[in-house]
Amino acid sequence: MKVLVAVKRVVDYNVKVRVKADNSGVDLANVKMSMNPFCEIAVEEAVRLKENGKATEIVVVSVGPSTAQEQLRTALALGADRAVLVESAEELTSLAVAKLLKAVVDKEQPQLVILGKQAIDSDNNQTGQMLAALTGYGQGTFASKVEVSGDSVAVTREIDGGAQTVSLKLPAIVTTDLRLNEPRYASLPNIMKAKKKPLEVLTPDALGVSTASTNKTVKVQAPAARSAGIKVKSVAELVEKLKNEAKVL
Amino acid sequence: MTILVIAEHDNKVLAPATLNTVAAAAKIGGDIHVLVAGQGAGAVAEAAAKVAGVSKVLLADNAAYAHQLPENVAPLIAALGLEAGGSGYSHILAAATSNGKNILPRVAAQLDVDQISEIVSVESADTFKRPIYAGNAIATVQSTAAVKVITVRATGFDPVAAEGGSAAVEAVAAAHDAGTSSFVGEELAKSDRPELTAAKIVVSGGRGMQNGDNFKHLYALADKLGAAVGASRAAVDAGFVPNDMQVGQTGKIVAPQLYIAVGISGAIQHLAGMKDSKVIVAINKDEEAPIFQVADYGLVADLFEAVPELSASL
Repeated sequence: MKVLVAVKRVVDYNVKVRVKADNSGVDLANVKMSMNPFCEIAVEEAVRLKENGKATEIVVVSVGPSTAQEQLRTALALGADRAVLVESAEELTSLAVAKLLKAVVDKEQPQLVILGKQAIDSDNNQTGQMLAALTGYGQGTFASKVEVSGDSVAVTREIDGGAQTVSLKLPAIVTTDLRLNEPRYASLPNIMKAKKKPLEVLTPDALGVSTASTNKTVKVQAPAARSAGIKVKSVAELVEKLKNEAKVL
Repeated sequence: MTILVIAEHDNKVLAPATLNTVAAAAKIGGDIHVLVAGQGAGAVAEAAAKVAGVSKVLLADNAAYAHQLPENVAPLIAALGLEAGGSGYSHILAAATSNGKNILPRVAAQLDVDQISEIVSVESADTFKRPIYAGNAIATVQSTAAVKVITVRATGFDPVAAEGGSAAVEAVAAAHDAGTSSFVGEELAKSDRPELTAAKIVVSGGRGMQNGDNFKHLYALADKLGAAVGASRAAVDAGFVPNDMQVGQTGKIVAPQLYIAVGISGAIQHLAGMKDSKVIVAINKDEEAPIFQVADYGLVADLFEAVPELSASL
């Protein structure tokens, strides 16, 4: 079974971003970039499927600038076999990314596609579901457990009140939630080996995909700041303040 | 302009998040229709018909929609959105719940439009505000799509009244069964406490709780206050409590009257889930913890002493 994993290059989760003075976006100059945390979980799940003998080949794909090759090399070091970069310097919407991934799915014909449920920059939570719509495949979003058997996959999903399990016919789309697994770190020998693994670069034009969008970001602002309050000295003082000052008890 | 709101429900009860979503629709302006897709969901449709401001309820009652699988429900919604002759919808809205997030992007892609996720305000019929980067920036997004597909963050909109409307309920016959997915089962957490996103008071624990058993201190406090209990991602990652208790950027977004953060340091991604709370209390023994920068009332103390004392004094 061939598994396709999609990964995104995003600002590192430890960075507190700042809005640009002209309100055109957030300032990403000289900021640490990493693989989106949910995408790391997606790579790990694919590697485990290969280790368990369920997957035979892992292809990792990213849509983004040429520097996203760094994140693809990371995925190769973690155990992916080869990489595809769909290079685009523009900021693309989830639908455009889903269309590009659909073109890669058509080319690669994987049985399972694993993506992160959400990127921590745009916070959209759309791409996996959109790819499922475009391919017509079943979708197991927010997965906390993935079990492949025969021509189907059982996906346990994190839902608001607990967990739900669905069975999907393969090929299928899975998006990862936090508890699916704990990603490993790449070892130095594997990082060295990853440099020699194949990495193909494509373009939206070459794939014949239009990345036109119906959304336009008009401006980006800093959120209303919340100022720090006061420190209370005791539980008794806290209760008094909550009752008489904040009036919430 | 007619807006379609997708009802959030479990075939029995109309979930409160639907009322916040109808409120967002009312801000956009125009007729508001509500779609109830389910099986044996007549009572939900009747409840939706009573919601203030709703002019029509569409009930798609079919075995294919019993568990609201996106493979079956998305084509239904997309077909309603596209209905020919100008009678289609200008906007399709759903609450940004796990269900809404699961289904709506699939609808948007079928309609070949970009979705706008988790709006927190309506600027005009085509322009909306939404948080990005864990709420560290607010983007204003304009849509040129013929059908605007939007999920609504419930905490951004005060709910409309659940009573007062008298909409007609109309049956939708269309049955879409893609045959690519099936429901196997679900395990829902049983709790007598209020639901996290709807609670007026939330008590949350973090890594400082040390283990899952210690959450009993928070449950005792929550029961005194009639509060829901949440957790930080650190507490969920450490296996103290289940994921459905997680408050944060990738968990639940809450904005209660009172939020009590216990043993929570205040990572960016946790603040994204609770910083719109009216009053924030932080109890942490580390006086440098970032949570104190957003707290209205901070108490630097050992939580294992302070929390039982707080419970006892209420």
